[in-house]
Amino acid sequence: MSDLEDLYKEVILDHYRTPRNRTKIEGADVHLHRDNPLCGDEIDLYVDIEDGKVTNVGFEGRGCSISQASVSMMTEKLMGLPVAEAEELANTFKAMMQGESVEDEDSLGDLVALQGVQKYPVRIKCALLGWNTFLEGVKVHNEKHGS
Amino acid sequence: MDAEAIRKDFPVLHQQVNGFPLVYLDNGATSQRPLAVIDEVKRFYEEDNANVHRSVHTLGQRATVLFEGARSKVAQLIKAPSPKGVVFTKSATEALNLVAYAWGRHHLVPGDEVLVTEMEHHSNIVSWQLACKDTGAVIRPVPVTEEGTLDLEEYERLLSNKTKVVAVTQVSNVLGTINPIAEMAAKAHDVGAIVVCDGAQALPHMEVDVGALDCDFYVGTGHKMCAPTGIGFLWGRERILENMEPFHGGGDMILDVWIDHSTYNDIPYKFEAGTPPIAQAVGLGAAIDYLNAIGWDAIRRHEVEITRYALERLAAIPDITVYGPKNAENKAGLVSFNIGDIHPHDVGTIMDGKGVAIRAGHHCAKPLMRKLGVSATNRASFYIYNTSSDVDALVDALESCREMFG
Repeated sequence: MSDLEDLYKEVILDHYRTPRNRTKIEGADVHLHRDNPLCGDEIDLYVDIEDGKVTNVGFEGRGCSISQASVSMMTEKLMGLPVAEAEELANTFKAMMQGESVEDEDSLGDLVALQGVQKYPVRIKCALLGWNTFLEGVKVHNEKHGS
Repeated sequence: MDAEAIRKDFPVLHQQVNGFPLVYLDNGATSQRPLAVIDEVKRFYEEDNANVHRSVHTLGQRATVLFEGARSKVAQLIKAPSPKGVVFTKSATEALNLVAYAWGRHHLVPGDEVLVTEMEHHSNIVSWQLACKDTGAVIRPVPVTEEGTLDLEEYERLLSNKTKVVAVTQVSNVLGTINPIAEMAAKAHDVGAIVVCDGAQALPHMEVDVGALDCDFYVGTGHKMCAPTGIGFLWGRERILENMEPFHGGGDMILDVWIDHSTYNDIPYKFEAGTPPIAQAVGLGAAIDYLNAIGWDAIRRHEVEITRYALERLAAIPDITVYGPKNAENKAGLVSFNIGDIHPHDVGTIMDGKGVAIRAGHHCAKPLMRKLGVSATNRASFYIYNTSSDVDALVDALESCREMFG
């Protein structure tokens, strides 16, 4: 498979063309707007947290396929997870994207498809935009409400 | 002009990228370097390297002669009255900051206005924002029309006795628009404003005459015109430069120094503190010789031709939006575009997979991106070594993008 096909795997193109949970959540517990100033990728991430669990995730945004597909895949993965596990998953995903060895690769499931981005260092931050926004949002939420 | 023959002068062009022959269309970001420049920089380091303006020994004198020779070449290139008005900087950005700092901070007062066009590069916007923040002056934007030209009626309305500076690019790095600097300068001078013209995207591609442009300051950079990175220049009217405060303090910019005060050197040295980029300036001199030998009429004709062909071929692609003037005669050799809603970074990556190097992003022109209603565009920018087959490769690679995302 060529590097390009490795980058633009079908699952990524599918999430880009048909994003999941692409919706604004009114009055969400967490709402953050973040962008990649260099690329112009931007997202608004909405997360509801109840009893230590991620009960709802939605996003709005525009940007390249990698940034938008990655955040779409993220919303599916995080939905229903305990916050601590969601954070762990986000950190595992980040470690994989930064080329670190990941013990628990199975937990990533089809997120492994994004591994092809590694060969394009300037695009890694596109893939991480949603995840970093989530981690930041959880941190802000915990500071406000206690973890 | 024979672009195929010129290609032979550029070693970097002869390679495969991702299994395809390299097609380099990112000249707006930086051009490539011909052997004439690479060899001269190497020769300088091997034979003449020394510091300038200080050493009495032979190498020091050779280095100084070459460095000052490069200054004269810049002066002749832009038809400046004398090399005294040419200040070497590390980049066009530094040159603009020099003006905003050393002129702006000492001349702007609260209530003054700085007119900045919406098609400026960030360097001709942010440097003025910093000067305004320190002085209480304010920025007024000169709008861009739907056609991608400056709204000259609005420009005239904005001009008043409060206007102190007009900051305008000669050529837009996104739209390719060539602005009517002389016409704008005449109107600016009527209200007593100075005109700061950014020539970074113009000078590599067309004959420039600062007298005819009638601007008060003009900045350029070497690396977009075959020279090394790290060398740019500011040209200013001598009487303005003479009355300006220095930019940086240090060696070479002084006449005499006591512990609590100093007297400053004459222009242009007053603005050149510290050891300058010497080999880079020598490389710029070689680049100017190289381009002069090709001839500026030939360069411009070649770029108009290739831009016309690119505009024609791109127009035939479904879902394409081309930004800026659609007539090659009215623009510099670049084309910005978007295809459907495919993000430019995806386009840029797919093109790279086919060996085609273009720029995808906001081009350091975010106010213009907002005006165009996009977050980014693709830009193919041409130079002397690009051929119509490069345009064909561009169009073929764009077809691959449409297939992948279609």
